[in-house]
Amino acid sequence: MKETPLSNCEKRFLLRAIEERKRLDGRQCYDYRNIRISFGTDYGCCIVELGKTRVLGQVSCELVSPKPNRATEGILFFNLELSPMASPAFEPGRQSDLLVKLNRLLERCLRNSKCIDTESLCVVAGEKVWQIRVDLHLLNHNGNIIDAASIAAIVALCHFRRPDVSVQGEEVTLYTPEERDPVPLSIHHMPICVSFAFFQQGTYLLVDPSEQEERVMDGLLVIAMNKHCEICTIQSSGGIMLLKDQVLLCSKVTGVKVAEITELIQKALANDQKVRKEGGKFGFAESIPNQRITAFKIEQATIDTDDVQEQAEEIIAKASPPSEVLANPVLWAPGTAQIGEGVENSWGDFEESEKEEEEEEVAQDKSTTDDQTMEMGDTSVGNQDKKDETIVLSDSEEEDVIILEPEGAQKNRTETSYKQDIASKKPVSKKK
Amino acid sequence: MAAAAPRLAEERVGQVVLPGDVLLLPSQPEEDGERLRLAPSGPQKGRLVCGPGLRRGGEGLLVTKCGLLRYRGPAGQAGGGTGSGSGGTYWVDSQQKRYVPVKGDHVIGIVTVKAGDIFKLDVGGSEQASLSYLAFEGATKRNRPNVQVGDLIYGQFIVANKDMEPEMVCIDSSGRANGMGIIGQDGFLFKVSLGLIRKLLAPACEIIQDLGQLYPFELVLGMNGRIWVKAKTIQQTLIVANILEACEHMTAEQRKHAVARLSES
Repeated sequence: MKETPLSNCEKRFLLRAIEERKRLDGRQCYDYRNIRISFGTDYGCCIVELGKTRVLGQVSCELVSPKPNRATEGILFFNLELSPMASPAFEPGRQSDLLVKLNRLLERCLRNSKCIDTESLCVVAGEKVWQIRVDLHLLNHNGNIIDAASIAAIVALCHFRRPDVSVQGEEVTLYTPEERDPVPLSIHHMPICVSFAFFQQGTYLLVDPSEQEERVMDGLLVIAMNKHCEICTIQSSGGIMLLKDQVLLCSKVTGVKVAEITELIQKALANDQKVRKEGGKFGFAESIPNQRITAFKIEQATIDTDDVQEQAEEIIAKASPPSEVLANPVLWAPGTAQIGEGVENSWGDFEESEKEEEEEEVAQDKSTTDDQTMEMGDTSVGNQDKKDETIVLSDSEEEDVIILEPEGAQKNRTETSYKQDIASKKPVSKKK
Repeated sequence: MAAAAPRLAEERVGQVVLPGDVLLLPSQPEEDGERLRLAPSGPQKGRLVCGPGLRRGGEGLLVTKCGLLRYRGPAGQAGGGTGSGSGGTYWVDSQQKRYVPVKGDHVIGIVTVKAGDIFKLDVGGSEQASLSYLAFEGATKRNRPNVQVGDLIYGQFIVANKDMEPEMVCIDSSGRANGMGIIGQDGFLFKVSLGLIRKLLAPACEIIQDLGQLYPFELVLGMNGRIWVKAKTIQQTLIVANILEACEHMTAEQRKHAVARLSES
């Protein structure tokens, strides 16, 4: 699937916000998002969260024959995967430019800096060495994949334990974890990548860009460093010109950030070690908090419908009668009459009160209709009779409707009496 | 994985259902018998609507999404639950981010292509939606709307079929814009989960009222999970955006507290 395009509106807003030194999540220019490191139940398995970016790291090992030109060195293998789960823009099984770039950077950061003692991975020179494979899976993409991936890789490597081996003469014995405790890898130092995003041709600089910031940035500078302030890798992409001062500033910031992150990693590792030793609970299920989705709740209330009749009657009794209209209908022509002139309109009131009455009547009706049908059943009145009755009744209703017809007595009625008329006739008409 | 034993839909209202579950509609065989008897004079049986996340299959409803099963009675009373025989709607309240176009939904789209007399809009679905340049208020062949690639458009789906390209319009049936059209150049667009959008658009939602007490701002909510906000300053826009995003995991008290703290400062 294609990547969601960035709208002009977002672009403009982000750039304006950066000019005002504001970031979407309220960070300062040099702030990292929250880093959370959690470990799985197995050794060498971890999830690193950098804000909403999540990377799963898993280390595995295998005994293989070494490369011919490096007979005494173990093999290190890194593989970062960008699955469509992280972002719909990533396609499965395709080597995108971004993926190649990230994998290359990761290898340079971790393998070429010789942070792992590969000689210690040798079992029998020229015959058997350990191959350490680091698989990194991006679970969610919200910017700055490389920092999260480099942290995940080094944390997983630090956490990993390989099975112990012993060599006696020609015989190589591989011990299961039950026989001998697995041994950790020997790690010289921990290189960590720190990304800097540049905006407006390098005028503005942000640490740890989020996904949206990455999409409007002009250039990116990645510095990998260990806590001794030794630069392991430095890479600038995006094609912007950087001044010497800017690079120096970035390296200084990197030093501070790497020290903080290294401390966090060591704390997390020590914590996990402690929990494992004490036999407490560990693993992703324990360390990743549940987020609850809140919802609106409407309490269900039971309504007492016993005294509806009384209530309705009460309401009707209390209701003020519709304003009297002194109507003296003037008959202009047959079928056309005028009642009053410029007097307050009481139609609304009329309708409302009628509704109320209707409500009441429905209840009453039910009982009357029931009675009637029972009667009919008793006297075994045929269907035909019923039909006749309806016709008669509908006739009477029609009389109701043509109430404005000028017929002597009817025309002098006030509106109130007219309404009462309907009310008294309603039950009858309902019966049909 | 063995499918769970089919259970009555009524019993599972409010519970978690998983794809593959089968929900039985109990009243159907009885209903038929009843209908024959009452057909001429009996009350009209309501239609049973099978909402999002459910599909008719076999003897009942087949669940296609995981989430909470919801039911609303035919007359609109929530959770009536007295009997599905009288109609109503069943649906699955799920939590997802991927939008699937639905006819009648109001969404925010981003213009990606201007091709001849139609625009292509990204709405977050699997396919881009098309929008005719005549589907704006007051647009004629001469008087084209000024739309650039990358602009935001708030519109409504008139065609949303699973086998066809969805089509949008920015006018209602009487030719009025009715709030739809091109969204201004300022403001900020961000994405949230579809569940949060539904929550914000619910009639009982207090979040927006609460926020409205802080300061004036403009807000457009698209059913595809996109929210556009514009306030007086960038700072204020950011605050609104962050509160709305955080609302998903906040209880009413927490939210009130946060808004109160903001209005103090």
